[in-house]
Amino acid sequence: MSSDALLDIEHLSVSFRTDRGKVRAVSDLSLSLKRGETLAIVGESGSGKSVTALSILRLLGDNGVIDHGRVAFEGQNLLSLSPDEIRRIRGDRIAMIFQEPMSSLNPVLTIGKQVAEPICLHRDKNWDEALEIAVELLTKVAIPDAKDRLDDYPHHFSGGMRQRVMIAMALACEPRLIIADEPTTALDVTVQAQILALLNDLTEQSQTALILITHDLGVVARYADRVAVMYGGRIVETADAKELYANPQHPYTVGLMASIPGIEGDAGGRLITIDGQPPDLADLPSGCAFATRCQHAHDACRTSIPALDPVEQNPSHRSACFGYPL
Amino acid sequence: MSLAINEEPLLKVDDLKVHFTLTEGFMQKPVGSVKAVDGVSFELRHGETFGLVGESGCGKSTTALAVLRMQPLTGGLIEFEGNDITQLEPHQMRPVRRRMQMVYQDPFSSLNPRMRIRDIIGEPLLVHGLATDRRSFRARINELMDMVGLLPDMSDRYPHEFSGGQRQRIGIARALALEPSLIICDEPVSALDVSIQAQVLNLLMDLQRELGLTYLFIAHDLSVVRHISDRIGVMYLGRIVEIAGRDELFARPKHPYTQALLSSIPLPDPTLEATRPQQLIVGEVPSPKTPPSGCHFHPRCPKVMDVCSVHSPNLERNQAGPFPNHSDESLVACHLYDASFGRGDRETET
Repeated sequence: MSSDALLDIEHLSVSFRTDRGKVRAVSDLSLSLKRGETLAIVGESGSGKSVTALSILRLLGDNGVIDHGRVAFEGQNLLSLSPDEIRRIRGDRIAMIFQEPMSSLNPVLTIGKQVAEPICLHRDKNWDEALEIAVELLTKVAIPDAKDRLDDYPHHFSGGMRQRVMIAMALACEPRLIIADEPTTALDVTVQAQILALLNDLTEQSQTALILITHDLGVVARYADRVAVMYGGRIVETADAKELYANPQHPYTVGLMASIPGIEGDAGGRLITIDGQPPDLADLPSGCAFATRCQHAHDACRTSIPALDPVEQNPSHRSACFGYPL
Repeated sequence: MSLAINEEPLLKVDDLKVHFTLTEGFMQKPVGSVKAVDGVSFELRHGETFGLVGESGCGKSTTALAVLRMQPLTGGLIEFEGNDITQLEPHQMRPVRRRMQMVYQDPFSSLNPRMRIRDIIGEPLLVHGLATDRRSFRARINELMDMVGLLPDMSDRYPHEFSGGQRQRIGIARALALEPSLIICDEPVSALDVSIQAQVLNLLMDLQRELGLTYLFIAHDLSVVRHISDRIGVMYLGRIVEIAGRDELFARPKHPYTQALLSSIPLPDPTLEATRPQQLIVGEVPSPKTPPSGCHFHPRCPKVMDVCSVHSPNLERNQAGPFPNHSDESLVACHLYDASFGRGDRETET
């Protein structure tokens, strides 16, 4: 693909070994990310958005298997690295921010230790220098009196503060890419707004690319440059954010957008719904995974899987749908 | 909503207080209290949906439990269907609870995993002695399942065989079993996926129309609350800071906290988002153990005045505000709208 791509995922397929046999969580997924770009991956639970993120850093756990594909980061295929080599990339050139800041911070280590550790590990600094940088970072994420808080433990911090610490840790080694998996879902709205604005400012300043995984289409609209919509383990539509909201093509995207109650416009009417349930990954239909819920589905949809093709000759807007009369 | 003004409200909550005592050490020495709900007043009219919004820890769920008398009260008055239920003994509450039911947030933990669906839905009928003969009992369960969009032939299944949205339907059917007049919904859709949320919201609104239900709808998601509510109360640290009609609240939010809350919600429209001014409020909700003096919001308020840290404002009709409008029923607890201090937003109005 294009040479200015920072991350290039090609034909990624991921499965999990479960009691019910092998379950395919991500199928034939390709996407690329430019330097400094913010890509949002949107989807409901079980759509494969988190698994995609975890696969990039090979954090799938014992029962996860990458069946197929290539994840090229700065030209290097992450999937062929040794465990030692991938460890050197994690937290250094690619950092991750998780949803639940309480369970992703170590409760028995001080905040100072946790923020300074990656600096010490990856940036060849001694402990005192690392602590100094930690104070700088914590100040940058607006933790008041950062120097005095180095010896505090995570339980001394509120949810929003913990997520600020996570962001400080992610920024510690000046990564090229940050993957944020539902970073504000556990937080209140006013704090969510603060954290996302902070993350957005910091990544913009440092030209860090960001993959933002979320189910909140409002968050996507505010911060993303580009969007990939996932359903049943596949990308069903991808486009620039403005284009996607103005001109959604895939029936799932259209339904998703129509089903959220807004804070503007008509209230109290019937919401447009997508009938049925999200698919069971262990028992996906043979054709398009959305066909069972799609009001436009025809025979082809039930037998074969549509390719992610450009919409109206626009190479940056792609939709995986056999098409339907409007 | 063409309700007569003098019509008796279905539920009247006046100066409700729920305080929790904090204890310390082996002897459980009381060392202070958390005022989870601290003087909350509101009314529910017949057939309306009253939304209660606020961030975590603001006391909205505690208010709901207190209304059901599932939480001991520290003070205040609750009137339901014209009767004072504040002092009722547990056995006297039982007939009242037939009239007020609850739908819970988490459809995974609020259904007993070892009970079949028909037993879950039928249990309220058994508890209240309404199951007279087997055939009408079964018929009633089938009718309830049909009402919430579940197929009656699923009635022998167990909760784990259902998805989140279907489980929430089961919870709703259980709440409907006793033909209540009031249903308290505590975050009924926040655990569900977006496409399923819309299904459950539509169901709740359909049932309200068919059965004339009144809802107390508690949620933190303002767009959901806006969609379903007729009137909305905004809570902050145990107090209601504003009550207004849905359209009034979203078009002209008065309390600075409401304004901040509204501007914090990202809109699903990138073009609009790019132009919309963001009014971020600083800091986080303080601990309810040590609430700020005066107006609880004053340390985060962009329009704070000297009086705010001293006196707690009352929830009153908007008199001195920038939008004098006699049909405006909204109430706001903010010194900006108080005639003696108020300057409202007038300087920003042109």
